[in-house]
Amino acid sequence: MSAHDNSHDLEVRDSNVVDRFEDPGHPDHQPRKGDTDPKANKKAERQVLFLFAVSVLGTIGFVVAYFALPPGDTAESMRTSNLALGGALAFALLGIGTGAIHWAKALMNDHEKSEERHLQRSDDETRAAAVEVLAEGTADSGISRRGALKGAVVSALALFPITIALPLIGNIGEDWNVGKLKHTIWKKGVRLSRDPNGRPIKASDVTIGSVFHVIPDNLEEHHETGDYMDQKAKAVVLLVRLDPRDLKADQSPAGETWSYDGIVAYSKICTHVGCPVALYEQQTHHLLCPCHQSTFDIADGARVVFGPAKRPLPQLPITVDDEGYLVAQSDFTQPVGPSFWERETK
Amino acid sequence: MTTTSTPTPTARAAAATADYLDQRTGIGVAVKTFARKIFPDHWSFLLGEIALYSFVTLLISGVFLTMFFVPSMAETTYHGPWASLNGVEMSQAFSSTLRLSFEVRGGLLMRQVHHWAALIFMASIVTHMMRVFFTGAFRKPRELNWVVGFTLMILGLLAGFSGYSLPDDVLSGNGLRITDGVVKAIPIIGSYMSYFIFGGEFPGNDLIPRLFTVHILLVPALILALIGLHLLFVVLHKHTQYPGSGRSDKNVVGFPLFPIYVAKAGGYFFVVFGVIALMAATMTINPVWNYGPYDPSPVSAGAQPDWYMLFLEGSLRLMPGQAEVMLGQYTLSLNVIIPAMIVPGVLFTLLAAYPFIEAFATGDNREHHVLDRPRNRPFRTAFGVSLLVAFFILVLAGSNDLIATHFHLSINDITWVFRFLLFLGPWAAFVITKRICLGLQRKDRELVLHGHETGRIVRFASGEYIEVHKPLDAHERWLRVQHDAVRPVEIEPAEDSRGVRRKGYRTDRLRQRISQVFYEDRVEPVTPSELEAAHHAHGGHDEIGSHDHGHEPAQVGGGQHLVEPDGETGPDARNH
Amino acid sequence: MKALAARRHDRRAPVVLLLLALLLTGGLYAVLAPTSAKAESSVASADDVKAGEKLFQANCATCHGPSAAGTASAPSLIGVGAAAVDFQVGTGRMPMQMNGPQAQVKPAQFDDEQISQLAAFVASLGAGPAIPTDDQVDPSKGDPATGMALFRTNCAMCHNAVGAGGALSRGKFAPNLWETSPRHLYEAMLTGPQSMPVFNDANITSEEKRDIIAFIDEQGNVSPGGLDLGSIGPVSEGLWAWVVGLGLLIGAAVWIGAKSS
Repeated sequence: MSAHDNSHDLEVRDSNVVDRFEDPGHPDHQPRKGDTDPKANKKAERQVLFLFAVSVLGTIGFVVAYFALPPGDTAESMRTSNLALGGALAFALLGIGTGAIHWAKALMNDHEKSEERHLQRSDDETRAAAVEVLAEGTADSGISRRGALKGAVVSALALFPITIALPLIGNIGEDWNVGKLKHTIWKKGVRLSRDPNGRPIKASDVTIGSVFHVIPDNLEEHHETGDYMDQKAKAVVLLVRLDPRDLKADQSPAGETWSYDGIVAYSKICTHVGCPVALYEQQTHHLLCPCHQSTFDIADGARVVFGPAKRPLPQLPITVDDEGYLVAQSDFTQPVGPSFWERETK
Repeated sequence: MTTTSTPTPTARAAAATADYLDQRTGIGVAVKTFARKIFPDHWSFLLGEIALYSFVTLLISGVFLTMFFVPSMAETTYHGPWASLNGVEMSQAFSSTLRLSFEVRGGLLMRQVHHWAALIFMASIVTHMMRVFFTGAFRKPRELNWVVGFTLMILGLLAGFSGYSLPDDVLSGNGLRITDGVVKAIPIIGSYMSYFIFGGEFPGNDLIPRLFTVHILLVPALILALIGLHLLFVVLHKHTQYPGSGRSDKNVVGFPLFPIYVAKAGGYFFVVFGVIALMAATMTINPVWNYGPYDPSPVSAGAQPDWYMLFLEGSLRLMPGQAEVMLGQYTLSLNVIIPAMIVPGVLFTLLAAYPFIEAFATGDNREHHVLDRPRNRPFRTAFGVSLLVAFFILVLAGSNDLIATHFHLSINDITWVFRFLLFLGPWAAFVITKRICLGLQRKDRELVLHGHETGRIVRFASGEYIEVHKPLDAHERWLRVQHDAVRPVEIEPAEDSRGVRRKGYRTDRLRQRISQVFYEDRVEPVTPSELEAAHHAHGGHDEIGSHDHGHEPAQVGGGQHLVEPDGETGPDARNH
Repeated sequence: MKALAARRHDRRAPVVLLLLALLLTGGLYAVLAPTSAKAESSVASADDVKAGEKLFQANCATCHGPSAAGTASAPSLIGVGAAAVDFQVGTGRMPMQMNGPQAQVKPAQFDDEQISQLAAFVASLGAGPAIPTDDQVDPSKGDPATGMALFRTNCAMCHNAVGAGGALSRGKFAPNLWETSPRHLYEAMLTGPQSMPVFNDANITSEEKRDIIAFIDEQGNVSPGGLDLGSIGPVSEGLWAWVVGLGLLIGAAVWIGAKSS
């Protein structure tokens, strides 16, 4: 702290400067119109009365609107009901509010008053007394003499929350098996079908420039197992057909083809923070995420060309089955969706 | 009240009730202490009240909504008046939201009241914080209350976010998915944190009930408790007041709680509720029936959170993706961690810690109850404005797609512009604001020394023309000279007279450095002797400032590196 | 109360009438439209093709090439079908006024007859999607609930949840759909103009397209909650919360703090 400890004195403003102006003191009270003119006073009173009357009318209007204007079945009738109820409520409330405030401003005594302040800190005497009281209590408890007790109390208090925390933490994350993040229900031979109606897709259905939003054909089974949403959240795929000459990369690291005749399938879950990436621009082959604008080049292995994502979207290896339907060659070969710490671990 | 000899029945009943209560609670003491407590009057002191009253509005409308909302992710099929969703599979949370919007009379109104009130709640907290910050109301003894208020703001964010997600629609569901992605980016424990929140994999079946508990029990209970503490502190400290004649750190000038503020503040509650009702009556908010029930596959353009979370969205949008790195076989998503945790972390830490940083720099241990005029604390004002500008740029960045469509711009270009602006904007705002503050202070000096220009030109017998200046009256002058000029702290030398290095020198040195940054540029208030000198110099008439190049001890300077009046004696001279 | 009730009746009457009228026209269409439309499309006479070719040479050949095989600046039109022409020329996007990120909607430069002639010419160059019949695009025959589900998955990411439009990369955008005619909506899905992908009938069937049209038809009119604030989501809501909400409340606060006259 500075060399000056002014903390005991509210009066000292700045002891460095002596050359200061004096506070001229509170200015004189300026009377309002209503203070001098009884007519103006009466008028203000009538205004307050009117405002409260508006409130009462608002409440009555609300009751009327409640019975007379049910929301009904159309957007128009719903809007009418909402407007009437809300408008009436607003009148009921604003009437009270403005009435009370106008009353306070125009009619109540408006002479300013002054109240003294005192330092927040308690005075030295009180402090000393407080210290003494605590010392007495400590002595009574004998805690300073019985060191073992102190340790015992602290340990017991520190340990008992485990009884609540353990079952909570044990169950709150279900099975805590974060390995599930690395797999989806795609596997060899699973047909690609349309989202949301589940119709399987033939390779011949997919014309150049088409985009299909795809779910695995076996997703339906997960309605019963209760993890439909969890599985869908990982498995959704975007299917696009390009002119095969436009494709710059569609090879797995091992060299086999992951696409079928210009048809490529990529995970729809952004590698940034997991929004569904779905804005496909047919001419540029760019896929844009509407949440944070990561842009992926579908013609070039879904490489990131703009935005906050780092990794390309994982590609789903596809082929066709005997009936001409598109099927997966396998699961994704890497975890889909946003990055997490152990993503690349085995 | 009891001057009449025959009290009316009402008065008698009131007296009897009061007696009954007092005998059992001793409430007389409280009434005597608090009923006529003085509060100063100023519109900006009502900003916090907006927050309080919109919170009460939230409680009232929220209780209404809980009567009809079903916090469950169980599947159901909707049948109701909304044709576009008829026969669609959805969660019970979503279908009950539709039911309470379309079939419960007044339900839509209450839902819209609740959501508008939430937006107003956060907006008023932010403006209230701005008022407290820019006027220095956080100074001793109110630092702790600043921290309480800051915590309330964080809890408000939490309440808003958890409530926003409850209807289980596509828009908020994608918001949750982003949350999941951000949580997963946390090093080492990220995946486990995600499982902790969602009860296993995203989205799971537990989230809505969990959010419901957080939203209607945990967070509101904490907010309520902290509001109690916040207000207790206000009563304990008594309210701050703006500077003015007759107002000092020793008193509080204003009107009594009863009846003035009972009427004004009580009335204002109804005004706040009324304005929110008006908005709910006329403007659609969060039309979940447009977004549809949550499904992990779809997303809609314009995917944004409510405004108070928009800065995080903007921060995520601006970050280039290259920042993600591998540590051996482990992934460190700095492209998420930096914008979603470090950027808000820095903004919030600076905000929460500011009162303590300033107190350290000022080296001042006094209580302050008279507020600062923002211009008189150029560093603080400039710092606050630059934080706001950073926040605002992030908010705009979070709306970049809408800016692109509305102004026919390229979203990529906008993103690049904001990437640079995030660094340049706050810096420019700081420099400009500080200049403006110093300029205003100089104008104050000008006014005090030379009075108002009257536009009246007078010709003297000598042939000299002057413009008559009307001197300020005492009250007007006081407003412009009452503040302390805070100067950089001076510290004792590193070694005492015997050449021994003293303890605590390093801390003092740090304090001196920070203090320099805070207070090096300043304009000091006019002193009586300066005014006297100014009057003398111009023979009782004033003319437009000659002091800039004058020899008076007054310093107006360039606002920089002032020459101290006692410059030659050295600063230490004042300390001993 | 009486006044309110009376007004309510007044307000309702035109709506009810309108609904009845719509039902009636819908019914009439159901009976008449398919046959007449089919008749029209099959009667693309050789004269029409010829007239279309003339128009093409005068207005389109500069960019698309004299044989419509495309040039460096414009794509080939062989096989795009009559639907593509009807959409591009009918919405005024073609002929393009100036180069930009994408062709903009503007008043159509040709009348309906000329458009159908142009369409007939382009259709004669190679097999492509035909202009839909009135029955195929009749919103009253679609199921808006199915339409909304399809729209949500296939369209909302670009066009926004209710078709208010949205941004694409580098200055391109997905337009608002509220003013687009059902036929043009159908043609856009079928042909995938510009950035938009193609949604052929194998992907979204003809009936499903009509469902989507039925859903869009309901949007952009009346929102149950009051003004729709552009239907663009929380950003505009936040803006209005600050401007209207906080604006009014601070105004009230200033009034409370001001001294009464």
